[in-house]
Amino acid sequence: MSGWLSDFMNVPATYIHFTSWLQISVANLIVIGVMVALFIIAMFAPFPGSHSTDSQTSGDQS
Amino acid sequence: MSSHLKNETEPTMWTAKLRNSWQRNLPIDKLLPDTQPAYVASWIYIFGVLTIAAFGDIIVSGLILSFAGPAWYHTSSVGLFVNSLHFWGVQLFFVFMVVHLWGKFWMAAWRGRRFRTWLTGIAAFLASIGTAFTGYLIQTNFDSQWIAYEAKDGFNAVGIGAFFTPTNIGQIMLIHVALLPLVLGAITVWHVLLVRKNGVVPPIDAAPEGGN
Amino acid sequence: MKRSAQQNAFDSAPWTGRVRSYDIIKEGFIAILVVSILVVTFSLVFGSPDDKQLTFKGWAQTNPTNFYDTTVQELAGTSGSAGYGPPYNHASDGLNIGPLWLQKWAGVTHPVDVPNDLVITPLSSTVVPAQVATALATWKAATADQQTAWATAYDTAIAAVEGDYTIVDPGDYGPVPAIAQGLTDVAKSGSLDGLLLAGGNFFSTDNTKQILFFGDGAYLDDAATAANLQGNTWGMMNETGRYPGQAWLWLYSLWYQISPFTNEESAPLGSNADAYIMFVVLGLTGALAFAPIIPGLRSIPRRIPLHRLIWKNYYREENIPRRK
Repeated sequence: MSGWLSDFMNVPATYIHFTSWLQISVANLIVIGVMVALFIIAMFAPFPGSHSTDSQTSGDQS
Repeated sequence: MSSHLKNETEPTMWTAKLRNSWQRNLPIDKLLPDTQPAYVASWIYIFGVLTIAAFGDIIVSGLILSFAGPAWYHTSSVGLFVNSLHFWGVQLFFVFMVVHLWGKFWMAAWRGRRFRTWLTGIAAFLASIGTAFTGYLIQTNFDSQWIAYEAKDGFNAVGIGAFFTPTNIGQIMLIHVALLPLVLGAITVWHVLLVRKNGVVPPIDAAPEGGN
Repeated sequence: MKRSAQQNAFDSAPWTGRVRSYDIIKEGFIAILVVSILVVTFSLVFGSPDDKQLTFKGWAQTNPTNFYDTTVQELAGTSGSAGYGPPYNHASDGLNIGPLWLQKWAGVTHPVDVPNDLVITPLSSTVVPAQVATALATWKAATADQQTAWATAYDTAIAAVEGDYTIVDPGDYGPVPAIAQGLTDVAKSGSLDGLLLAGGNFFSTDNTKQILFFGDGAYLDDAATAANLQGNTWGMMNETGRYPGQAWLWLYSLWYQISPFTNEESAPLGSNADAYIMFVVLGLTGALAFAPIIPGLRSIPRRIPLHRLIWKNYYREENIPRRK
């Protein structure tokens, strides 16, 4: 299985040139954007059961 | 029998020392807790376990790839799918690990004698980079040809190339499959045991006099 | 003192405050489930990159002139591999960082005798036309100085006509043209890959000779440029196709984009960029590892209070103000 979008994926990538020396592929930019987004969401999103004091339903954290 | 009993109170045996130290530092209710401090309530806490989960997925797809051999996925559609599982497992692994690292940095999670936990985390990050790098080298495609050609210069420049040879696929394959996953796994186990032993770091400014 | 010591004791002591229930096994199970679903989904949708390997056959067929010229350079000792130094040969001392000659000190652990290993031996290990066999015999019977004189003269003549070996001025090139043509034909036929890899042996697990030869020519380099994989354009982070690459190498890749490391002529930093950058990255990694004990660095999390967001509920419930 080569992936439903493999025709779309297996062509030369698009690069964003911020300056003459700073360039990044769209795919890498998306991955870095996802990291930043996950971090921000993790900061702000309300965590279920975070008001429990002793023995409420478990949340999932490590 | 009497010497055995004596060892339990005042151990001189290595085995008894290890067992007693383990029981003292990491009793089973610390190892498998069913409660956590009330402050452990944020989505940032899930990225460590997500990283480990991705590592597990990588191990499984990697095992399938190693049984089928490194060139299987060039010609088999099932092979290409398993290669994709391995590839995306690695991408997610690094995404989760980086977010975990950011989170721990901004929590200053090394506080309260947790420096070793931080160090083992950094070691895991470095071992992961090495594991990923050797994986890229054994793709047996254009990418690995180019990476081998380019990367050799960096290692050669500082003498590492004398014993670690990116162009030697036999060596790199053994290191990628037999050595580095074990190293990374061992560091990860150590890291997690330290977290369980020391507990999750309290919030910055959580006051000794209050909130406790 | 007092407060910091007190705080450290508190931070390291077992927690005795409020707790919440927490199921570590269930958490692990859910994490594996969620991540596995993501991995399978991404694989089904996007697949994975697998640009076909390049071969000597492909090189010699698409760009025979470049292959031919590179063969002459291997014989003349002007190729990148021939002049590389450790760990392959003694042609140079390699890179250094001031008095540290790590590349030289590590020694020639992976010897590659460039003219023989890349050209003469492979060509001698296969069936070749009579004139090539004669040329090989002539080469082998000649002194090393004679070999070098022939190859250097031919290499210089080719360079003078910008690589087009078909129009070089006549000269005393000995058997070199016949050998170069012979190897080009062997490569075109597709048998050079195997000859370089196995070297007459049954088992073969080391591609060093192939990679070195490949890197000396334009074929691999051009393909890498086309795929945006060159180190001076952040290629270390990039992947073939539209797939994400190794974004986690950004800090290593960065140094290859900036002066003086981009200028090979600039001594000592540019001309030894590979060595210096390795140490720069080592230093930065050390800073990350020892951030907890580096003054300034370790205080950043307190100064920029993202922790007030992470533990917002706790701070509110316990009514703990931010301390500067």
